[in-house]
Amino acid sequence: MSMEETGKKDQSHISLPYYGIPRLIPFFKPYKKTLFAMMVLGLLSSLIDAAFPLFNRYALDHFVFPKTLQGVVPFIIVYMITVVLFVTIDYLTLIRAWRVEISISRDMKNAAFNHLQTLSFSYFNQNNVGYIHSRIMSDTQRIGEIVSWRFMDVIWHGSYLLFMIVMMLIVDIKLALYIMLLIPVTAVIVFFFQKRLIVLHRLIREINSRITALFNEGITGAKTIKILVAEETMGEGFRKETDLMRRTAVKTGRMHAFFIAGVAFMGSTALSIVLMSGGHMTIEGALKLSSLSVFITYALNIMEPVQFLIETLAQLVQAQVNIERITRLLRTESDVADTPEVIEKYGDTFSPKKENWEDLHGHVTFEDVTFMYPDGDENVLTHFNLDVPEGKNIAIVGETGAGKSTLVNLVCRFFEPTKGRILIDGKDARERSQLWLHSHIGYVLQTPHLFSGTVRDNLRYGKEDATDEEILLALRLVSAEEIVTSMEKGLDTEVGEGGSSLSTGEKQLLSFARALIADPKILVLDEATSSVDTVTERRIQEAIRTVIKGRTSFVIAHRLSTVVDADEILVVRDGKIIERGKHSELMRMRGYYHTLYTRQYEELAVKEAFQ
Amino acid sequence: MGAGALTKDFPDKKSMLMYFLRGSKRYFAAAMVSSCVLAALELINPRVIGITVDSVIGEEPFDLPLAVRSMIDRIGGRDYLRSHLYVIALFVVCCAFLNGISRILYRTGATKGAETLLRTMRNDLYTHIIRLPFSWHAAHQTGDIIQRCTSDVETIKKFISEQFVVLLRMLVWIVFSVIFMWRIHTGLTVIVLFFLPVIITNSLIFHKHIAARFRVSDEEEGRLSAIAQENLTGVRVVRAFGKERYERKRFETQSGRLHAADIRLGQLFVTFWSVSSFLSRFQMFLILLIGAVFCVRGSLTSGHYLEFIGYNAMISWPVRMLGRIISEMSKAGVSIERIRYIMNAGEESALYGEDEDFPAGDITFSHVSFSFTGEGRVLDDVSFTVRQGETLGILGATGSGKSTLMYLMTRLYDLDDDAQKTDEKNMAGQPLRSGIITVGGKDIRQIPRHAVRRRIGMVLQEPYLFSRTLEENLTIAKRDADKKTIRNAVKTAALKETIDHFTHGYDTLVGERGVTLSGGQKQRTAIAQMLIREPDIMIFDDSLSAVDAETDLQIRNALLENAGRATVILISHRLTTLMHADHIIVLDKGRIAEEGTHETLLKRQGIYHRIYELQTAGASE
Repeated sequence: MSMEETGKKDQSHISLPYYGIPRLIPFFKPYKKTLFAMMVLGLLSSLIDAAFPLFNRYALDHFVFPKTLQGVVPFIIVYMITVVLFVTIDYLTLIRAWRVEISISRDMKNAAFNHLQTLSFSYFNQNNVGYIHSRIMSDTQRIGEIVSWRFMDVIWHGSYLLFMIVMMLIVDIKLALYIMLLIPVTAVIVFFFQKRLIVLHRLIREINSRITALFNEGITGAKTIKILVAEETMGEGFRKETDLMRRTAVKTGRMHAFFIAGVAFMGSTALSIVLMSGGHMTIEGALKLSSLSVFITYALNIMEPVQFLIETLAQLVQAQVNIERITRLLRTESDVADTPEVIEKYGDTFSPKKENWEDLHGHVTFEDVTFMYPDGDENVLTHFNLDVPEGKNIAIVGETGAGKSTLVNLVCRFFEPTKGRILIDGKDARERSQLWLHSHIGYVLQTPHLFSGTVRDNLRYGKEDATDEEILLALRLVSAEEIVTSMEKGLDTEVGEGGSSLSTGEKQLLSFARALIADPKILVLDEATSSVDTVTERRIQEAIRTVIKGRTSFVIAHRLSTVVDADEILVVRDGKIIERGKHSELMRMRGYYHTLYTRQYEELAVKEAFQ
Repeated sequence: MGAGALTKDFPDKKSMLMYFLRGSKRYFAAAMVSSCVLAALELINPRVIGITVDSVIGEEPFDLPLAVRSMIDRIGGRDYLRSHLYVIALFVVCCAFLNGISRILYRTGATKGAETLLRTMRNDLYTHIIRLPFSWHAAHQTGDIIQRCTSDVETIKKFISEQFVVLLRMLVWIVFSVIFMWRIHTGLTVIVLFFLPVIITNSLIFHKHIAARFRVSDEEEGRLSAIAQENLTGVRVVRAFGKERYERKRFETQSGRLHAADIRLGQLFVTFWSVSSFLSRFQMFLILLIGAVFCVRGSLTSGHYLEFIGYNAMISWPVRMLGRIISEMSKAGVSIERIRYIMNAGEESALYGEDEDFPAGDITFSHVSFSFTGEGRVLDDVSFTVRQGETLGILGATGSGKSTLMYLMTRLYDLDDDAQKTDEKNMAGQPLRSGIITVGGKDIRQIPRHAVRRRIGMVLQEPYLFSRTLEENLTIAKRDADKKTIRNAVKTAALKETIDHFTHGYDTLVGERGVTLSGGQKQRTAIAQMLIREPDIMIFDDSLSAVDAETDLQIRNALLENAGRATVILISHRLTTLMHADHIIVLDKGRIAEEGTHETLLKRQGIYHRIYELQTAGASE
């Protein structure tokens, strides 16, 4: 949803978050009993809280006015017991509310994460990592908080308000009714302001994220800004946003000030009513002075729960977005799913039945495949046929963003063909489980992805029971042994988040080793364009040769050396395969491949000439 | 032209903070004044209640200043008030109204102050950062700077507006209340004062431990967040290796750890809450009880008693908050330091100047050597001349120093960086930088940077487009460009078809939040961007690399027609791009290996010749 749309929607109507709540019920269920206990305890604690002013009245009636301290000992005992009881009950409630909050958010985090593991690639193509990440991390947190604390708020403030009203009614009906008249007025005031404040707060968040984006632009684009002498232009653009931010925030602050002042004013109005009518009644003897003081305390405190209750409501409204987002995620179904029969035989993502798995040899066939991306509007493959016998190499070339990964996505069954089929060892890929296929595929990204953990953990990623001998052998084969031996802790070295303590070249070599250890029948290799020094480059070329040997491989290629050796080259432009054949054939055609090759070659030539 | 270069140096945190507070101090001062008025007004309420209960409804004599008492006497004394209670009610409402106004003034002042401070900090940082030398940018991580500009700025704003201002307000509040209480009953006030340090210390101690557990929780959350992040960015690897189950275990284990840490944090937090709730309830109880004793003994009236209980209840919350605020204030110091680090970095010197400052004429590099601290020479004794209106071609491998040459020419780097100590040596013990670059006979360091960059246009190999419309990007360096100039430039840069292809044409939003342009489209946009500026010298830093040979030629031909007398410097791998240049330099590891025209270089049978052979052979293979 675009920012504009959200803005419009918010202004036109604000409704309760009924949407998606049924989906959340399973998350509350395990805590049914705890929530019930919280409710009972919460009611008790507000009951006691609301009763505290009665102690003041008792003290006035029995000690202050008669000017005697008789019966003060039982008073002290009862008071202290009440205080201890109150604090204990509060403790028990709070501990439970806290536990429920973080437990629900943990359960949701797990559920969201696990659900994501089963989603197909179209989901990841349509939503960026940052977006999905905040679904797992922040929405769940927010919902946990809302469910547990807002629930308690409603109980506390609702019952506190109720008890106050009841007690006032018991003490004096007429005076109580006077004060109660002010409650709906206060409610209207709070509602009026909250409605506007919600919109303003959202606006502020939006401006804030724009300002962050501008900072990012100013820093990453610093060189360009300097070259273009655009400091003033950029500064002006920036100041425009910070001005808008200040205006909006001040407006919000002012509105909030009026809001708080308005509610406080209602409290004082209640007080003045008590002083006027209550005072009369006391003078006439219809009301005890001590009861008047109880009323005074209530009058001063009654508007607070009203305000809190409505603010809670406002928070629920704001949480609607979070609830919608997380339920949308949980509702999303994978568009690549194994059939029940396949799951029956081969098991699902989290509980595979490996005993029923057949071997995979690596013969891949595209049979009359037509394919369109789920979010696309055009076929990127039409009646495409390709037979890749066991152990053959396919290179896919084209410019960045031309759609080179399509074929690979289909081989890996990250997507399914719109029409036609893909055969693995002569059998439709859909007849066996995704996990079966994936367990036999090796995938090497050359913007290599290492996970945090030790080097050993990473190398074993494709084969959890690999021995150190196997690991070292693989490292030797891709001439990456010295990377590990030069590290102080060897295989036990922590690679840091995203492998940040290693150079790109080292990471690339390690990811080759990882693929070798997994010993897959089919290998997918996505070469990166990033330049590495010549020595590493040569090592990488060697490593590629080593891992490809004897496996069916699909290489998204940038290196001339990899391309030239391939059994078949597919040339992709604007998402479609426009040329195919062996290197020599394609060069003779003098088509697009020729252009691409020449461009690559020019650079290579310069590099070589200087050697 | 806008604000001048920031030359101020901030020796400590305080000077940094005071500099940022320059526009907002008055708002905070106004807020503090209103806060005092507010406190006084709020404290009148219990007094009004006390007097009403005691002396109007009750029989006690009025305990009021003489002036007020005589005023009451004048309107008719107690009897009048008893029969006209609405006067008191009206007085309460009036007080409430004034109270509301001062509350609004206080809050508005505080918000205005905070938001002005925030704006000042952000504006200062932004304008400062984009004026920092390129070398500074090259040496610092984007993520880290962003972090400082966002969350550290936010922390400082919070420190001032939510901690410092609130702290002062609470102190005012507590001091006023204690004064009022003192006037009512000294003995009871002593009890209150005795409890103050107890409650605050309790809160301070707890918050120290809570902060420690909070850090643990934060770290666990960070780890969980990293696992999720890794899983999402590495989704291809996870799937292709079929590791969903493993990932699930990893995530669930960590989310269990976070859960445990949160429980521990919660236990402490709830315990703190209960202990301080008990303490303040106990204190209220003592006041109630001892107050009653004083009443019985006759040293306190019932009205005063109620009044005192009222004041006591009013300070219970602020006192409980004090410890927390004080313990959180310490966090801000670190953030101020992190921002001071950026603000103290020196901006580019000699930035501003007019086009006239830039002389026409030949460009001469004479004996230019350049190295970064701790490294060998990037440029080693490079000398050459580009005559006005001629074309220079530069050929070199990655890392041969081509780009550094161009950065020197646009003064992104200087031969004597002001920040650079002149006696510093590089790895090989040579001086870091030496030589001279002149334009029209004038040392380039004598020409203001803006004049240099306005007259020397450069197109980068990987141009950066801003999150604006295509047209805004094109005219970002020359905002008053007329339509005709823009259209011409777009045509010359072979960008017309691309723009026509977009539904929104020139108004298409590009950059991070808009349409993603291909490398070639970006390069051509940058070329058009430069042409619109009509610079005297045009540098193409490998800026046709992502464009196919045909378009390359088309652009170069169009340029020849349009460039007129402009001096052109071409950097490329592609000999077909360079061969028509008037003069060609072959750069190898920072030194000029060969130079001449295409013909003379071919005759030399050197590197140039070898590249020529390789490239022509490669193309016809």
